[in-house]
Amino acid sequence: MSSTSTTEADGPAPLAQALFFALVVRPLVLVVLGLNVRGRERLPRRGPAVLVANHNSHLDTLILMSLYPLRALRRLRPAAAADYFLRTRWLAWFARRVMGIVPVARGAARGADPLAGAEAALARGEILILYPEGTRGEPERLARFKGGVARLAERHPQVPFHPVYIHGAGKALPKGEALLVPFFCDVLVGEPLRWNGSRRAFREALEARMRALAAEGGFPPWE
Amino acid sequence: MSLPAHLTAPVLWTMAAVLAALALATALAARRRARDPEGARELWLRVRSWWVMVAVFAVAVLLGPRASIVFLAFVSYLALKEYLSLIPTRRADRRVLFWAYLAIPVQYWWVADAWYGMFVIFIPVYMFLLLPARMVLAGETRGFLRAAGTLHWGLMSTVFALSHAAYLLALPPEGNPAGGRAGLLLYLVLLTELNDVAQYVWGRLLGRRPVVPRVSPRKTLEGLAGGVATTVALAVLLAPWLTPLAPLEALGAGLLIGLGGFAGDVTLSAVKRDIGVKDSGTLIPGHGGVLDRVDSLTYSAPLFFHYVFYLHY
Repeated sequence: MSSTSTTEADGPAPLAQALFFALVVRPLVLVVLGLNVRGRERLPRRGPAVLVANHNSHLDTLILMSLYPLRALRRLRPAAAADYFLRTRWLAWFARRVMGIVPVARGAARGADPLAGAEAALARGEILILYPEGTRGEPERLARFKGGVARLAERHPQVPFHPVYIHGAGKALPKGEALLVPFFCDVLVGEPLRWNGSRRAFREALEARMRALAAEGGFPPWE
Repeated sequence: MSLPAHLTAPVLWTMAAVLAALALATALAARRRARDPEGARELWLRVRSWWVMVAVFAVAVLLGPRASIVFLAFVSYLALKEYLSLIPTRRADRRVLFWAYLAIPVQYWWVADAWYGMFVIFIPVYMFLLLPARMVLAGETRGFLRAAGTLHWGLMSTVFALSHAAYLLALPPEGNPAGGRAGLLLYLVLLTELNDVAQYVWGRLLGRRPVVPRVSPRKTLEGLAGGVATTVALAVLLAPWLTPLAPLEALGAGLLIGLGGFAGDVTLSAVKRDIGVKDSGTLIPGHGGVLDRVDSLTYSAPLFFHYVFYLHY
């Protein structure tokens, strides 16, 4: 992998993306699974903005991107781990051109900026999808947020961060499973948050808002 | 002009009458909405959703028995998915649930194949035995009985019971010269849904004494009696057009559908109350989820099917 920075040139291919979402993703997310969305009107219509979501499944990104109309897709940019999604040529093509990811270098060397791609996307006025837990982790459990989301907020104090809680995707397709078992998924969209002056306070405020959304759903633990 | 084999003139006339009734209801709702937009919001959503449901059902019926069976299998899928998403399931059973879903195409295959003997035991016997055995392979014993029990209850209600509505289409059409293949299905679904509406309306108009206060405080004796009476009247009126039932038999069918529909409705209410939710989902605006709409049918379909099957086939 030569570079993890993103330019317009390796952004989404609109036709491939629209076809894939219309023919595969939407039938999968809306018919095979099915969504119950609360607070849809709180979703940002245009960028720069950040959707901050919990992450338990590969389905999460497909679900979040299905909340938007097809023509808005290319403005949606999921931040995704470069070491995972760019590991083969074909996967890299799919991740960049169809899913429109901006790669994040996990465990980057000192001095390198792992969030450069994400920042460029915000500078272009796009809507970034961010999973601050860093990885999919244990199904249906919320892990502590990593520091990147607060650093991003500090550098972009005017950008709104919209918390989105997803429930059910981790049951339908948890990490390490290849067999999809259908479940309705709940999506709860919260009020946006902006930079509040302290990295720690911002991270904690965001975590608290996410926990509040989870509590609002009242989902039983999955054991 | 001759009609395709699965349709008869009375079936088409009944569908036209449903559309006319729905148009009338829409006009009334629109008038209320003009006066009080906020207060009539729920009613308006509900009427709009009725249009969609009636349209989808009508298209499935018009396309023929195959299409109707596929449509009802899809309804079973949505209902089972809603149920499994609602109840607490165990992580260990994820793959077991996949097997439970597979029961849907198999069960509706027996319907399309008109293999009555298999249709009527596949879920109560074979799935009942298979799923717990598959759960044993997963190896988790904590909560085993509860998981096996809830899963089987869901399959019985959403797949086995509902598939009886589809089996009406597999009955030989010679048995029903007036209604043909589609007549009995239309009769059952129309009466079950109208029974829901009639019980609601009579309850709103006269309701005072709750029937099952701890489960569903807004279901009243007056609503139940008014609804069942309305359903019985319609059952007798429509029977010569859509079914082979004699007037007295139709009266019995109306009673079964009216009382069965009520039982299905409050049984799902008890389940929802147990879980702690108001609606089973949000798929049908103004109605709730799919289960909220088909709960009455899970009782009325098998009751009506076996009644007609015993009397006429």
